[in-house]
Amino acid sequence: MNLDALRARFGTALGEPATFRGETTLTVDRNILVALCECLRDDEALAFDFLADLCGVDRHPAAPRFEVVYHLYSVRHGHRLRVKVALEEEDPVIDSVTGVWETADWHERECFDLFGIRFRNHPDLRRILLPDDFEGHPLRKDFPLEGTDRT
Amino acid sequence: MSAETLSLNLGPQHPSTHGVLRVILELDGETVVDARPDIGFLHRGIEKLAESRTYHQVIVLTDRLDYLAALSNNLAYVLAVEKLMDIEVPRRARYVRVALAELQRIASHLFWLGTHAHDLGAMTPLFYALREREALMDIFETLSGSRLTPSFLRVGGLAADIDGRFVGSVRAFTDTFQKRVDEYETLLTDNPIWKRRTKGVGVLDAGQCIRLGISGPMLRSAGVPLDLRRAQPYSGYDEFHFEIPTGTAGDVYDRYLVRIREMRESARIARQAVDGLPEGPWTASGSPAVFPAKDELKHSIAGLIRHFGLVMEGMKPPAGEVYHAVESPRGELGFYIVSDGGPRPLRLKVRPPSFVNLQGLVKMIRGRLLADVVAVIGAVDIVLAEVDR
Repeated sequence: MNLDALRARFGTALGEPATFRGETTLTVDRNILVALCECLRDDEALAFDFLADLCGVDRHPAAPRFEVVYHLYSVRHGHRLRVKVALEEEDPVIDSVTGVWETADWHERECFDLFGIRFRNHPDLRRILLPDDFEGHPLRKDFPLEGTDRT
Repeated sequence: MSAETLSLNLGPQHPSTHGVLRVILELDGETVVDARPDIGFLHRGIEKLAESRTYHQVIVLTDRLDYLAALSNNLAYVLAVEKLMDIEVPRRARYVRVALAELQRIASHLFWLGTHAHDLGAMTPLFYALREREALMDIFETLSGSRLTPSFLRVGGLAADIDGRFVGSVRAFTDTFQKRVDEYETLLTDNPIWKRRTKGVGVLDAGQCIRLGISGPMLRSAGVPLDLRRAQPYSGYDEFHFEIPTGTAGDVYDRYLVRIREMRESARIARQAVDGLPEGPWTASGSPAVFPAKDELKHSIAGLIRHFGLVMEGMKPPAGEVYHAVESPRGELGFYIVSDGGPRPLRLKVRPPSFVNLQGLVKMIRGRLLADVVAVIGAVDIVLAEVDR
C-alpha cells in the first residue's frame, strides 16, 4: 500500500503514518477528511470501498480530548487502513463522510449519541441507541459508570 | 406521512426478531412506503463496562453481545488482545478454536433457519433445526458447563484442554449432519411456496451491499466471495479446505442457500479440525498474560505471585491500538482496542455485523408488501443484543 500520492496532494495536513502490529494508522487534519476519504475510495491502487467501522475515542483528560477513528477495508485488494482525526473538547465537530460511504450514517449517529461529537452535513443526526430526551453522552470518560440518576 | 398512509408499528417484540426491534412502517394499503427502524431498547453499555474491567474480565461480556454465536465473539475478542500483546497461540488451541467457531456457526445458522422458516409459515424445519442445535449445545455444555455463554476461550489459548469426549461427539455430529441438511433442503429448497415468499424479495446488489458496509452471508448472496476466513486468515484457517458459497441474486432465497451451504462447509471444517488435532500445549504458557497451571500454584511462589497479579490487577498490554475482525455467522465482527498501557482498555469498540446489516433494511423493504418485511428481517439474521450492545 503506497501512500506517497496522498502526501503529494495533502502535504502536512496528513500526519506521518504509524505502524503498530502490522496495522497502519494515518492521523489527519479534520479539514481534509472528506477530500482524503474520497481519494482513498477512488484511487485505483487503494480502493477503500468498504468502511468497516467508525467510532469515537475519549482521551480525557489528555488534549486534544477526542478522536474519531475510521476503519477502512478494500474488498478488491484486501488491505486495511485506519484513519484518525483528533478533535478539541471545545469544538467536537467534524464533517460527515456519509457522502463517501453510505454506511457511515448509523455509525456517525452512534458516535454522536455516545460521545456528543457532531457531524456536519449528516442527513439525520439524532440519537440512535438512547432515547431522544437522554441527557449527556455515556461513553465520555466523565460520565459516571452508574449513570447520572444515582447519587 | 400523508392522509392516505397508515403508520404501523412492527414490534418492539416480534417473532422474526431475536431481541427487541421496533420498525415504524408507513403503509399505503399493504405496500410499505417508508420505514424507520428504532433500536436501542437493549442497550446495556458493554463498551462502557469494558473500560472498567481487566482484559480477562471482558471475555464474559463478549458472550453476551451475541448469544447465538458466543464463541465467535470470544474468539474475535481474544484474537484482538493477543494481537495487542503479541502472543503466539499453540497450534492445538488454534484447531480447537476453529472447531468451536464452526460448530457455533452451524448452531447459529440452525437457529436462524428454524425461526426464519417458521416466520414464513413452515413449522417443521424449526423442530428439525433445534434438534440438531441441541446436540451442539450439549457439546458446548460438556466442554464448558454452559450452553449459551461458554466463555471457553482465554487470551493465549483455551480455558482448559479438551478431552476425548469432545473429539468423539464432534465426529458423531459431523457423521450425520450432511444427511440432516439434506432433510431441510427437501422441505424448502424446491418448495414452490418457499420460493414465492423469498425469490426476488429484499434484493441488494453487490455495489449496494459494499456501500452500506454489509458483510457475511448477505454480501456473499449478492455474489461477492468475501469471507475473512480466506481474505485475512486467522487462527490457522489457511490450513483447512473449504469452499465459500456465494449466490447471484442477493435476495432472501439466495441468503437461504448461502447459509445452508455454509453449514455443510462448517461441518467439513470442524471435522478436519478434530481429525487433524495436533498434540501439544493448549495455552501459551510462557506468556505474562496467561494464568499459570493450577499445579504450579502448589509448588512455586513465583507462579502464585503471577496468578495473584493477574487476578487482582490484570495484564498490562503495551500502549497502542489494534483492530481484529473475524467472520462471525453474521459477517465481519471486529474488536478495536485502544490501550494506554494500563490494565484496562482505554476504549473497546465492537464492530457488530448485525448493526451494520440492519441499516440495509429500509432499502430492502421500501415498495414491498408488509408480509415481505418479515421475510426480509428474518433473512438479515440480526441479533438485537449485538445491535445495541
